[in-house]
Amino acid sequence: MKIVVPIKRVVDPYAKVKPLADGTGLDVAGVKFEINPFDEIAMEEAVRIKERDPSTYTVAVSIGGPECEEQLRKALAIGADEAVLIETTDGLDASVIAAELVAFVQEVAPDIVLMGKQSTDDDSNQVGQMMAAMLGWPQATFACKLTPGVGEVTVDRETDSGEESLRMKTPCVVTTDLRMNQPRYIALPGIIKARSKPLAKRGRGTSASPRVRLTHLAALPPRPPGRKVASVDELLTELKSRGLV
Amino acid sequence: MKLLCVAFSEAELPVCGGLAASLGAEFDVLLVHGSAGAGYGAAQVMTLGATEAPTADVLAPCVAAAAVGYSHVVAVSSMATKDLMARAAGLVGAAMVTDVVRFEAPNRFVRPILAGSVLATVETLVEPVFLTFRAAGIVPAEAGSAVAVAAAPPLGPELATRVATTVRGGSRPDLAQAKCVVTGGRPLQDAETFERVIGGLADRLGAAVGATRAAVDSGIAPNELQVGQTGKIVAPDLYIAAGVSGSTQHVAGIKDSKAIVAINKDPDAPIFETADLGLVADLFEAIPEIVAKLGPKE
Repeated sequence: MKIVVPIKRVVDPYAKVKPLADGTGLDVAGVKFEINPFDEIAMEEAVRIKERDPSTYTVAVSIGGPECEEQLRKALAIGADEAVLIETTDGLDASVIAAELVAFVQEVAPDIVLMGKQSTDDDSNQVGQMMAAMLGWPQATFACKLTPGVGEVTVDRETDSGEESLRMKTPCVVTTDLRMNQPRYIALPGIIKARSKPLAKRGRGTSASPRVRLTHLAALPPRPPGRKVASVDELLTELKSRGLV
Repeated sequence: MKLLCVAFSEAELPVCGGLAASLGAEFDVLLVHGSAGAGYGAAQVMTLGATEAPTADVLAPCVAAAAVGYSHVVAVSSMATKDLMARAAGLVGAAMVTDVVRFEAPNRFVRPILAGSVLATVETLVEPVFLTFRAAGIVPAEAGSAVAVAAAPPLGPELATRVATTVRGGSRPDLAQAKCVVTGGRPLQDAETFERVIGGLADRLGAAVGATRAAVDSGIAPNELQVGQTGKIVAPDLYIAAGVSGSTQHVAGIKDSKAIVAINKDPDAPIFETADLGLVADLFEAIPEIVAKLGPKE
């Protein structure tokens, strides 16, 4: 089984990142960059599948500038067999990323594209579904459990009201939610060892242009400050006076 | 602007109508479940009459075919619409914008990014525009009179088979729609304690129950109760957070609530920066006291 895992480089999701004063971008001075946590879960799952079935081959792929190599090295350290960087400084939106990944996937011909449901920077939750549509493949988004079979997979996915289980033929697109697994800790030797694994760079495979453009960023207006109450009685009095209970 | 609102159930129609009214736009509806008794201002409702919502692979070709002639195809943000709309946008070659919170122009939208800590303005460069929008802040439309009903375009072939469905929920209000929400965090210890303490207060208030990601991850509460940027976005009149630390991603999901009450024994918990009213107390003492002092439900 072959699995392609798209990897996005994102600002550290635990850092407090603010927009630049002029709103043209984020102030990322001194901020670390990481693998999008949902993509890391996808990479972890692909490697666990390989650990159960050693005939599995996993390819991590990223799109962006040369700095994305750092996140691909981490993917290799988690256990990817090979990494590919589609190197570009072009403006990208979900539709361009989907188009590039579709071109890549058509060449590599995986059984599963396994990726995060969304990135923690844009929070868009679009690329997996767009890819599945363009490829004409089945999709399972918000996945919390992936069970590979022969020529098919069964995916448990979270829904608005609970869970459901979908069975689909491969090839397919699966996007991961938080609860699929807990990614392993990668110690420094693992990252150093991953330096000997293949990481190829190439140019874009399509001429797709963005359909959505970011024009401005602003900090969220703060809520007006609240206050502390001293007792349950004071809390209830306040809530009653506002007609809330 | 001519809108097509994709709705999974009739319950989403008032907000769809409210959005169209606020934009001064004509709109039609593509309704997946059930039938529309009223249109909430829609000119026409296309119905599928599905008893169970088809999977996104089956629905997306129908949405794509129905989208012809509309400038915008919109749906209330939910896991189901995120699953569907991006796939349909991929079929159509549309621009897609997720979780719109403000409509500034037909091609300009504001949406939260980075776990809701930053508001991004985006411009769409092609039509049609597919988007999901947050219901918070939209004044629901009145039911209006009976509406013209038409058949929806055909569904696509089934690529994925639903082999099992678990629907939880029971008798409490729907989390995303509720006027009052009581949320519990990791200190609730286990599922039984969570249900007794958080569920008890919620039932007294006629509220929905929510949970933090930490509570869900540790198995105290089921996943569909998760409130936050990666779970449900809520905007009730009253939001009560008990034993909730107040992570950025959690606050992102509650900040449009009219009043936020925090109960936490840690006076330095970040949730107190967001709360309108904060009570520094052990929730296991405070919540039973609140329930007792409210008295039996009328």
